[in-house]
Amino acid sequence: MTDLERTRERTPVPKDWTYAPAPEARDIVRIEKRYGHYVGGDWIEPSETYTTISPASEEPLAEVGQASVAEVARAVDAARNAFGNGWSEISPSERAKYLFRIARILQERSREFAVLESLNGGKPIRESRDVDVPLSAAHFFYYAGWADKLEYAFPNRRPRPIGVAGQIIPWNFPLLMLAWKIAPALAAGNTVVLKPAETTPLSALLFCDVLRQAELPPGVVNIVTGDGRTGAAIVEADGVDKVAFTGSTEVGKAIQRELAGTGKRLTLELGGKAANIIFDDAALDQAVEGIVNGIYFNQGHVCCAGSRLLVQESIYEPVVEKLKRRLATLRVGDPLDKNTDVGAINSKQQLEKIQELVASGEEEGAEIYQPPCRLPEKGYWFAPTVFTNVAQSYRIAQEEIFGPVLSILTFRTPEEAVEKANNTPYGLSAGVWTEKGSRILWMAERLRAGVVWANTYNRFDPSSPFGGYKESGFGREGGRHGLEPYLELE
Amino acid sequence: MDAVALEERAASLAKRSIKREAKVFALELAIRMMDLTTLEGQDTPGKIAALASKAVRPDPSDPQIPAVAALCVYPNLVPTAVARLEGTGVKVASVATAFPSGQSPLEAKLEEVRWVVDRGADEVDMVIDRGAFLSGRYAKVYDEIVRVKEACGDAHLKVILEVAELGTYDNVRRASLLAIAAGADFIKTSTGKLPGAATLPVTLCMLEAIRDVYEETGRMVGMKPAGGIRQAKQAVQYLVQLHETLGVNWLTPDLYRIGASSLLNDVLMQLRKERTGIYQSADYFTVD
Repeated sequence: MTDLERTRERTPVPKDWTYAPAPEARDIVRIEKRYGHYVGGDWIEPSETYTTISPASEEPLAEVGQASVAEVARAVDAARNAFGNGWSEISPSERAKYLFRIARILQERSREFAVLESLNGGKPIRESRDVDVPLSAAHFFYYAGWADKLEYAFPNRRPRPIGVAGQIIPWNFPLLMLAWKIAPALAAGNTVVLKPAETTPLSALLFCDVLRQAELPPGVVNIVTGDGRTGAAIVEADGVDKVAFTGSTEVGKAIQRELAGTGKRLTLELGGKAANIIFDDAALDQAVEGIVNGIYFNQGHVCCAGSRLLVQESIYEPVVEKLKRRLATLRVGDPLDKNTDVGAINSKQQLEKIQELVASGEEEGAEIYQPPCRLPEKGYWFAPTVFTNVAQSYRIAQEEIFGPVLSILTFRTPEEAVEKANNTPYGLSAGVWTEKGSRILWMAERLRAGVVWANTYNRFDPSSPFGGYKESGFGREGGRHGLEPYLELE
Repeated sequence: MDAVALEERAASLAKRSIKREAKVFALELAIRMMDLTTLEGQDTPGKIAALASKAVRPDPSDPQIPAVAALCVYPNLVPTAVARLEGTGVKVASVATAFPSGQSPLEAKLEEVRWVVDRGADEVDMVIDRGAFLSGRYAKVYDEIVRVKEACGDAHLKVILEVAELGTYDNVRRASLLAIAAGADFIKTSTGKLPGAATLPVTLCMLEAIRDVYEETGRMVGMKPAGGIRQAKQAVQYLVQLHETLGVNWLTPDLYRIGASSLLNDVLMQLRKERTGIYQSADYFTVD
């Protein structure tokens, strides 16, 4: 108090510090009024269209095509022709050149893609700028490097391309998932028909411009837009040799049923309900950052999101306290603002799904916490949410919410942590937080998950394979493993 | 402490984009939190007198610019600084305890502290005995801080950990908690005499220790990054980190200081740019 009195003559200490808006300029990217389908290196006029919007404001952005069975067939034909007329024959180092070119153009045009991705998908520009776009370019660079080294990747197995790959990607990382799919397919010598998600087609359509700039031969990559009907048409199309799908487990199962007995190859990357496991010797403040990054990154629209937090009981209280306090500093709002941490929910449909599951959590008896934050009136928004007092049997601990909702459970021993973490139909990823190296290895051996992160979460690298166990799918993307689904190996 | 995650968090906070009125707020706050520092063998009463004027009125052409928090000097120059700053509200901070190495007998250190406090220093910036700390003699380090705190009387005690010599974030956290437990009013990163002084991650590590103490006991301990903060942009990054780690209650010179010798003019330049829309040449800001 005496100290305060001594300083009284100075300007008084302010009570608040509000950051001024810092929006990224939107006019860097040009959005057309209307888009067709990109087939055989040209735009074809769509027979039917729908409006794609910005989920943060519900503002219409463009008219895009709803590809019919006939339009999909045209795209598949274009891909077949391109495959037969040169692409599978050109020297691998030539293929690599195209991929390197695409990667470099993505880097050059990174701001355009970042803004568009945030505009059409609702994710914060901080993430599209620092994660989605750089990682997309990195994937093309990485697979460009493999294109002329396939014999070394699979010694004595004479790797050859499969043919036409039909690829269907989700709305959570539109450009990155496109890169995950297209880069290995082209590196292996295949041609592609790709369908971006219904709600987020724009970055894939802008990517067609990159393909032209890179002078990729016509028909090597074809992009058709539309909803699930278009996806079904790709799966069923005769000329497709391989289907790669990333999305919900429900649709994945339907695709698998459809393809049974057709001889078409299939890889599925589906849902998850990952456990993020915090031991009592973990660096708590850093673990809390990992928890936040694990579930609130990209509004929780992440198949490998750490949506179940398993905390050792002895540190339950400090962890929950730290987490709640950290939640209060998350900045929810305009995706284009450079200071936004959590953006808009991708679609109305997804918002309703989150709301329904959160309501079920409250009904089943879990305790809900949401930090005070003012959500914008227009658009689709959901506050970062934490559930405590969650039992393993609650729906919020079992089902994938795919939103910014964390369920906290406790455990007492490492055995119990493993048992609870594995007690799910999914098996995509897991996180372990402990300062003890031997425990990390012990846990990693026992967790039934495709990826186990230690003292970090949601860390991606093109050289690291990614994929799931059980209902999280099969096949790996990334790394040398990611080439395998696109190759005929003798 | 997990180094990778700590550094990631610090880097992510450093990406905040602080514009317009929020930036002016931060820059003015940075001035009010500044410990304007000169710690040179060549310091003279004349240099201190000039710096004292600068501390009270950083920009003579703009009376809206606040005074800095304190002037930080070597013991011999405390009397000059006190004479110049009396009644201005700007405090006098003195380094002590065989700054910067701390390699002197305890009695000599205590004598030095009493000497500067007797001559009017409001704040004492002591160094911990890193030799004792690194050889595991934590009790010695602790006792020394306790004794220095006693010798300080009413003067505020800032405890310099000299993080560049501690080697790991675990050590920084341990030393922070030790200093706080021993009675530090502030913990401070560095002497400024070594490369690798204040960094955003190391400061975050110390803020987290302060936060844990606050959560546990309700006691509010101050923080002072020092060394290597030369640009207004860095100062804003430090303040964002403070704001998002400890909250608005710490946004006061009573609980946060920035130790700097050359930061002030860059902050003044940025402030004038915000007010007038144009950058002025460095010639328009006084060198002291």
